[in-house]
Amino acid sequence: MRPTFINVGERTNVTGSARFRKLVVAGDYAAALDVARQQVEAGAAVIDINMDEGLLDGVVAMRTFLNLIAAEPDIARVPVMIDSSKWEVIEAGLKCVQGKPIVNSISMKAGEAEFREQAVKCLRYGAAVVVMAFDEVGQADTAARKIEICTRAYNILVNEVGFPPEDIIFDPNIFAVATGIEEHDNYAVDFIEATRVIKQTLPYARVSGGVSNVSFSFRGNEPVRRAIHSVFLYHAINAGMDMGIVNAGDLPVYDDIDPKLREAVEDVILNRPQRTNVSNTERLVDMAPDYKGEKGAARVVDLTWREAPVAKRIEHALVHGITEFIEADTEEARAACERPLHVIEGPLMDGMNVVGDLFGSGKMFLPQVVKSARVMKQAVAYLEPFMEAEKEGQPRTSNGKILMATVKGDVHDIGKNIVGVVLQCNNYEVVDLGVMVPADRILDEAVTNNCNIIGLSGLITPSLDEMVFVASEMERRGFDIPLLIGGATTSRTHTAVKVEPAYKRGSTTYVIDASRAVGVVAGLLSPTDREKNEAATRADYVKIREQYARSQETKARATLADARDNRWRSEDDQTPAPAPSFLGVRTFSSWDLQDLADHIDWTPFFASWELIGRYPLILEDEVVGEAARDLFGDAQEMLKRIIAEKWFTARGVVGFWPANAVGDDIVVWTDEGRTEELARFHTLRQQIKKANGKPNLAMSDFVSEDGPDYIGAFAVTAGHGELEKAAEFKATGDDYSAILSTALADRLAEAFAEALHKKVRTELWGYAADEQTTIDDLIAEKYQGIRPAPGYPAQPDHTEKATLFRLLNAGENAGMALTESFAMTPPASVSGLYFGHPGSHYFGVGKIDRDQVEDYAARKGMDLAVMERWLSPILNYDPAG
Amino acid sequence: MTEPTPRQARIAALKAAARERILVLDGAWGVMIQREDLSEEDFRGERFAAHNHPQKGNNDLLILTRPDLVTSLHDAYFAAGADITETNTFSATTIAQADYGLEDAVNDLNFEGARIARAVADRWTEKEPHKPRFVAGAMGPTNRTLSISPDVNDPGYRAVSFDEVYDAYKQQARALHEGGVDLFLVETVFDTLNAKAAIKAILDLEDEGYDPLPLWISGTITDRSGRTLSGQTAEAFWNSIRHAKPFAVGFNCALGAELMRPHIADLSRVADTLVSAYPNAGLPNAMGQYDEQPHETAHFLEEWARSGLVNIVGGCCGTTPDHIRHVAEEVAGVTPRAIPERPVAMRLSGLEPFELVA
Repeated sequence: MRPTFINVGERTNVTGSARFRKLVVAGDYAAALDVARQQVEAGAAVIDINMDEGLLDGVVAMRTFLNLIAAEPDIARVPVMIDSSKWEVIEAGLKCVQGKPIVNSISMKAGEAEFREQAVKCLRYGAAVVVMAFDEVGQADTAARKIEICTRAYNILVNEVGFPPEDIIFDPNIFAVATGIEEHDNYAVDFIEATRVIKQTLPYARVSGGVSNVSFSFRGNEPVRRAIHSVFLYHAINAGMDMGIVNAGDLPVYDDIDPKLREAVEDVILNRPQRTNVSNTERLVDMAPDYKGEKGAARVVDLTWREAPVAKRIEHALVHGITEFIEADTEEARAACERPLHVIEGPLMDGMNVVGDLFGSGKMFLPQVVKSARVMKQAVAYLEPFMEAEKEGQPRTSNGKILMATVKGDVHDIGKNIVGVVLQCNNYEVVDLGVMVPADRILDEAVTNNCNIIGLSGLITPSLDEMVFVASEMERRGFDIPLLIGGATTSRTHTAVKVEPAYKRGSTTYVIDASRAVGVVAGLLSPTDREKNEAATRADYVKIREQYARSQETKARATLADARDNRWRSEDDQTPAPAPSFLGVRTFSSWDLQDLADHIDWTPFFASWELIGRYPLILEDEVVGEAARDLFGDAQEMLKRIIAEKWFTARGVVGFWPANAVGDDIVVWTDEGRTEELARFHTLRQQIKKANGKPNLAMSDFVSEDGPDYIGAFAVTAGHGELEKAAEFKATGDDYSAILSTALADRLAEAFAEALHKKVRTELWGYAADEQTTIDDLIAEKYQGIRPAPGYPAQPDHTEKATLFRLLNAGENAGMALTESFAMTPPASVSGLYFGHPGSHYFGVGKIDRDQVEDYAARKGMDLAVMERWLSPILNYDPAG
Repeated sequence: MTEPTPRQARIAALKAAARERILVLDGAWGVMIQREDLSEEDFRGERFAAHNHPQKGNNDLLILTRPDLVTSLHDAYFAAGADITETNTFSATTIAQADYGLEDAVNDLNFEGARIARAVADRWTEKEPHKPRFVAGAMGPTNRTLSISPDVNDPGYRAVSFDEVYDAYKQQARALHEGGVDLFLVETVFDTLNAKAAIKAILDLEDEGYDPLPLWISGTITDRSGRTLSGQTAEAFWNSIRHAKPFAVGFNCALGAELMRPHIADLSRVADTLVSAYPNAGLPNAMGQYDEQPHETAHFLEEWARSGLVNIVGGCCGTTPDHIRHVAEEVAGVTPRAIPERPVAMRLSGLEPFELVA
């Protein structure tokens, strides 16, 4: 077969297929192979294989899958497209295929040198390449830029590298049209025009693209999207587009599209002059709902749900998170009910049960559920005055009462708030004590409120100890209600090994994420199953403790002396970074929030909502894509308001000082005389036994022992205003916006740290003045120097933050403070040290032994037992033993 | 312009000769060495007398321990009319020599193997300037496969990595280059990925400052299915290796001429470079011996030559100087195959070819 347009199958792409991603992440390669086989059987001429997923080691996954495919002749008969944004994954793939594959992709994003080098490798491995229209400046959007970049790439490949032109495939970037932003209106025309010119002027080169991007604005309306794809392809193929990643089986034939829709789509795609007094985009947007249902059936889905009985409407509003009509509907329901309480117990709870079921079966996702809760709260708020007025009004019966708190010393509560909302959605009453709650208050409130369960949350490692303390207090005071443990730093192992043994009278259960909370709580409050569930958890934790004990016995550690002998040393050709542009501290009283918004790494944002996947691909994910898009849309909207209305103030402080390493410590000098000690950072050294000549690292290794060397430090926050804003939203019953604003403040703080680090590298310290990095590079940490923070793997000791804050005078200079557990306030804050040495890199200290802890405590002048408490998560021994 | 080196001049002569006539490669070495009935001591020689692995059967080792014998075999094939001789280095990689514990001797084997063949070829060229003789550095497939798991229960397992095969080939190619070969012959390719590792290794040598040499790649169709052991068709195989811009491509081994013909015809149709064929002397008989007679082999190859299928012919397992003499006589004067012009197209492959014509 010699087809003229090649459909590249993308079902074996973890970013394009949630099913495939799940199979690969779960290691179910047999089923993953079936996906590939079905694609080939369905006629895919080439299969795209992509393993870019945070949970996967891309190199290993690519190698494993390609090696397995090699053993399946019915799959291996077609060529593969090795698809990754990481060159090392591409190269690993190239080493596994005997056929001639396509590499997807290379570009001039990081400059000509890297592009040439990768092109030569592709040539020598024997592969065709997809070249993205991307250069040092960015992704090409206009036709002129697309043509300019592709022409430049073509000339380098053909004339300098000797690449066969017939093996070059350009991807000139398909972007979304009809976004409502005028500059986007010409994007489809830009692609089509670029395609036409590329095909005319760059002999034998091919053009490809990811088609679904173009209709991005119509997500959720598949019939219209398919019509857009069909029309777009019709014109792009006529202009010479050769291949594309598209689900072709799904596309309507161009001629079969309803002429009215086709004309409107065509006007948008081709950016024709508008026909009426509304723009082409608006015209298509207006028309789109008519086509949302069955193909061609003109019915207005948006309104049909309004025609249903009131209970159904309430359900619809809850499931879809629509607040627009909820008060009217609640009023209608109230009028029909004997008592206002019946509205809650009837249609509202019925609707929330549907939400709960959809969530439980993976058909709804957290952000959507939190939006449902917002609708619910509004309805309840509407009913409250009526219930008050009803003298005999009694509190409605709930499924149970849960106390929730972030423990003393810790200020993080996004996860806890989400769990609270989810529980409320399932008719549990939640008593939320907020953050930094001491143990006695937690227990007093539990008694006062007659709570059935206590749930503790924490993000930083010292909170682990505080949770153990709360558990022991529950034991002492005679509690027997279930205790739940959750939060980023907690784990099943810690709960089983440390928390549960402290609370013998009641049960302790670890809750891995919000989606499990309802199941766990229901199981623990069930009169019939409670004992069975508690017994099962206990038996489970006994096993975990045994496993943990066994794993402890086998971990061989190097002595501190041996580890020091095996310290990291600078390569001969590496020299410490030169003197910074100033010494001492400099403050930033209000960093531009727009700049920070541009530096946001979105992937962790989605993770905080339990939507797992890499941004921006997560937006197109077939399972969570819709939830992710809605969340992202809401986030973008709020971000605009944050910036325009100055909700938050970004304050920060940065400093540089002469410094030298002394043993495993870093001495910070007052001035270049290097005689008077201003401060001393203590660092911890890896004690795991290393092989292959790998060093036992400590951060002090990255600072010279003598001669001119320097260290930097920073503390930044985007959280001034964060708590007030969240409280404002909560007061109106809008937990969704409260959580969203907190999550955005966190992202802005991280972006602040990233942006400031770049300024440090290129300007303030200035050791990489000509560094050219894109946002993606920043996120991938492709630059010289590191910014490790106390409390993270390279320095797990939170108490070092005290030195850091003192040195920076972070209180006065940035309005930041530390809690007794060394959590930073405001919560959306980041701090750390700067190392500029070209060899400096992130690492994890791992478990350390008693010899180092004793040495470290002596160096810090702290009591051994106190030191052991702070370092308990990384001790390789039991301090009691 | 700088003066071409003697090797550049020889390469130009090789290319010129290929345009004028059908070139003849030498025949089998195994069968000739077997005839010598060598003992374990002959293989070991003085240098490896105390080596702790048995060496009998390590034919490549004779380069170091019986250079006289290796020289005489090159001589015998040139005398029979061969234009090109192969170095006796089919198994001279660290991977293949691991079976004999002789990984350390690999550099010497290739360098000396090339040097010996070079000396013999130069002697013949001097004697018969109208018929220059050439040395092809033989690079066998190794005894490990990159596309096939040796463990049927674990299809994703590989006994060797791409990087290991690559390193082994690079070391071999470097030593052959330094020893003076005129071209590289990556032969008996039953797993195309092994060949791709060899190609990458050879192309990467340029980065180390080595002059590029012509590259000849010869695959092996293992049975009547018309596929390589790793499952590719002839055309898919060609698409997989075309990026090497090989001087020649062909098939050798496994099959006798009669069964190889359709696959050579396939390759001849698609390969826009020289095509070579050096089949076995028929299929082995029940005793494992080849009994196709020299005139029979020559008859098949002469027909291929007249049908315009080939540019280079020779012999593989079971063929002798006698076979080569007959072959050389039969193809003498036959017009070599014209290299086809093919439409420019993106040509990819899995186990089967894929073509996207402009």
